[in-house]
Amino acid sequence: MAGNTTAHNAKVMNRFDLTKRLVAQLKREEAVVGGIGNANFDLWAAGQRPQNFYMLGSMGLAIPIALGVALAQPKRHVFALEGDGSLLMQLGCLATVAMLRPQNLTMVIWDNGVYQITGGQPTASAEAADLVAIARGAGIANSNWAADEADFDALVAASLKGGAPTLIGARIDKGPPAGATERDPVKIRENFMRGLGVRK
Amino acid sequence: MPSWHEIVLSTLKKSDVRLVPYVPDRVFTPLIEALHDDNFFTTFPCTREEEAIGIVTGAWMGGMRAAVLMQTSGFGTIPNALASLAVPCQIPALIFVSERGTLGEFNLGQALVCRTMRPVLDSLAVEHHTITDVNTLAFIVDRAIKQAVAIQQPVTFILSPLLTGGKVFEA
Repeated sequence: MAGNTTAHNAKVMNRFDLTKRLVAQLKREEAVVGGIGNANFDLWAAGQRPQNFYMLGSMGLAIPIALGVALAQPKRHVFALEGDGSLLMQLGCLATVAMLRPQNLTMVIWDNGVYQITGGQPTASAEAADLVAIARGAGIANSNWAADEADFDALVAASLKGGAPTLIGARIDKGPPAGATERDPVKIRENFMRGLGVRK
Repeated sequence: MPSWHEIVLSTLKKSDVRLVPYVPDRVFTPLIEALHDDNFFTTFPCTREEEAIGIVTGAWMGGMRAAVLMQTSGFGTIPNALASLAVPCQIPALIFVSERGTLGEFNLGQALVCRTMRPVLDSLAVEHHTITDVNTLAFIVDRAIKQAVAIQQPVTFILSPLLTGGKVFEA
């Protein structure tokens, strides 16, 4: 089913609900990098796991940061949660991921068609760009739109088995985030490194 | 006497810097080729310099030291990644810049972006070393990496045409 889902017939879901669903599947201290803005706000609101990194600036770099973690710790599964506007800012990173083929990286794209945190201006994905098709074109064959919540759960579960980088596109509504991340970069980074076992 | 690129490679290895993403540069070509040929290193091209800063940041947080290679014009794309990620998160990103825009530059755009590089680094209090002499190269890179790791801050190595020969334009 998933492979046949396009942006047009994927169900419009809720980012916080899906974030909670994703986190609920994490049983092995998987790392999660939340992109700038509402992607990491909802990750924060879903529960402050030590293996979460909340990106406060550097728009577009959630996937590159997650890729760096994945390369440094190949036995740990790593997720990047990124918005449509952020991914559009750094599309080249998809080609880099495809080239390197990390087996432990899952990229989740929240696509609501707007730059939500800056006032709801439209993104190109609202009109024309299909981010999952772009990812496939970049060489990430395992790229799919989630048809609905159950399909999202199944795609996350499948990606956790590893083997190839995975991209999951999720159409989401324009609902507000469920919280706001504490903005302390050093604390965030230090907690994350402890969560990854790099610091004691 | 080893060449500049042999010294950079051996010092990175001695410092346990294993990951080296880069955006290609003509002058850095012998270093990039040697990194690809050495299994100690994981090295690959990135599509943008700020992407490489993100990768280096993730690798450091995951316990792996990493350096990034770029040319002067590429540096012009990374101030936001430095100011909003590497510096506030205290990431010892090791940034090697092949210096263009000086000592025989033939492209005005390169010359102008070169003028922005040191003021940007100074404004962020990011230490930078302009290396001109092969005899001090190993000492500077070795000590500066140790310092960057110890104080948890990025450091930039600007490799001058006096060291590398630079990119030559036959006028």
